[in-house]
Amino acid sequence: MAEANVVLLDFWPSSYGMRVKIALAEKGITYECKQEDFQAKSSLLLETNPVHKMIPVLIHNGKPICESLNIVQYIDEAWNHKPSLLPSDLYKRSQARFWGDYIDKNVYNSVKRVWTGKGKEQEEHNKQFIECLKTLEDELANKPYFGGEDFGYVDVALVPFTSWFYTVETFGKLSIEEECPKLVAWAKRCMQKDSVATSLPHPHKIYAFALQYKQRHGLE
Amino acid sequence: MGEVKVIATPQSFPCARIEWALRIKGVEYEYLKEDLANKSPLLLQSNPAHKKVPVLLHHDNPIAESLVILEYIDETWKENPLLPLDPYERAQARFWAKFIDDKCVFGVWGATVAQGEEKEKAIDAALESLAFIEKEIEGKKYFGGEKIGYLDIVVGWMSHWLNVLEELGEIELLTAERFPSLHAWSHNFIQTPPIKDCIPPRETVVEYFSFGINYVRSLEASTKS
Repeated sequence: MAEANVVLLDFWPSSYGMRVKIALAEKGITYECKQEDFQAKSSLLLETNPVHKMIPVLIHNGKPICESLNIVQYIDEAWNHKPSLLPSDLYKRSQARFWGDYIDKNVYNSVKRVWTGKGKEQEEHNKQFIECLKTLEDELANKPYFGGEDFGYVDVALVPFTSWFYTVETFGKLSIEEECPKLVAWAKRCMQKDSVATSLPHPHKIYAFALQYKQRHGLE
Repeated sequence: MGEVKVIATPQSFPCARIEWALRIKGVEYEYLKEDLANKSPLLLQSNPAHKKVPVLLHHDNPIAESLVILEYIDETWKENPLLPLDPYERAQARFWAKFIDDKCVFGVWGATVAQGEEKEKAIDAALESLAFIEKEIEGKKYFGGEKIGYLDIVVGWMSHWLNVLEELGEIELLTAERFPSLHAWSHNFIQTPPIKDCIPPRETVVEYFSFGINYVRSLEASTKS
């Protein structure tokens, strides 16, 4: 039975929501998940995130926490049993935060531009997206996870976007595996973890969602 | 705790944040002044992803992004804690820090550079973002409570740099009538040592921002014509 005192406001295709689900699963925290409808936002969402009115929102003992990486850090600190999501070494911790911030500033926008783009801008959007992934692939280098031997904060920050790779490849007409094989291998490695496999929707479901979105917004 | 260097420029408020934090903690550091028109190999090597200041070097290990650096400083040097200890309070502080950098900074900058029809809308967006911060400081001496904390350092640009942007953009945002608590805080903050020791002369900030404003406006003009 889900703990009544942990509630997650979510929207299933959101990579940001997936981050929180992975973190909660890593820590073995049970929670109630409420799906939001962006056409009709619940009063609970508007009340708990009046500033942005966006998911994800984690409500712990009635107190809301917003912004996905902020929530992930909160989960790590409020439930400070193992596994730790942030490294204990202070310098490595700063690097984890740096890359989390880099992913926040670059990945979502570059992903969206590829699958909603068209015409002559498509090539430029594809190029920027691949460049962003290559920067991250360089940072991963030959480590199994971004944090090293253990799955952690940066992996949590990035892996949800891999559920969008099929969508990006189909609309962008590109192959991520060809361009960034190490990153694709890393994604497969992450998917072997229960916390990730149970938190990411099937890529085809994401594609169907994206298709519907494009039709609704006249973006074909 | 080892040798500390800061790659920075005096006019940049993200750089000021780092100096304020180090001074509050009583940490000695070497200031490496960067010429942004001619970036040093050390900067490019230390922050290849963004190539920006500030960068903190601790035992020659580089850390970039001012909010990331602030947390590192707070965790490494335990005197005069900047972030609250309680996880929920920390989450609130981090939330507002991100909001300030994403919405307030860009909102005020947007209102400054906007011209013509877009200006009023940009001003409204900036005012809306400041209204949230006003609510956060109401009834408090500092965002950190009785002492300067993380959020005061993050909002610190509003005590000096904001006014320069208002003047250059010919706008009025942070007034005592509109935001009495934030206005009072900004006057108090800038006079508190060690904050006031790292405030660059106004003329240098005017020059720094003027260059950026003209550049953005000329870019916009060339894309429209």
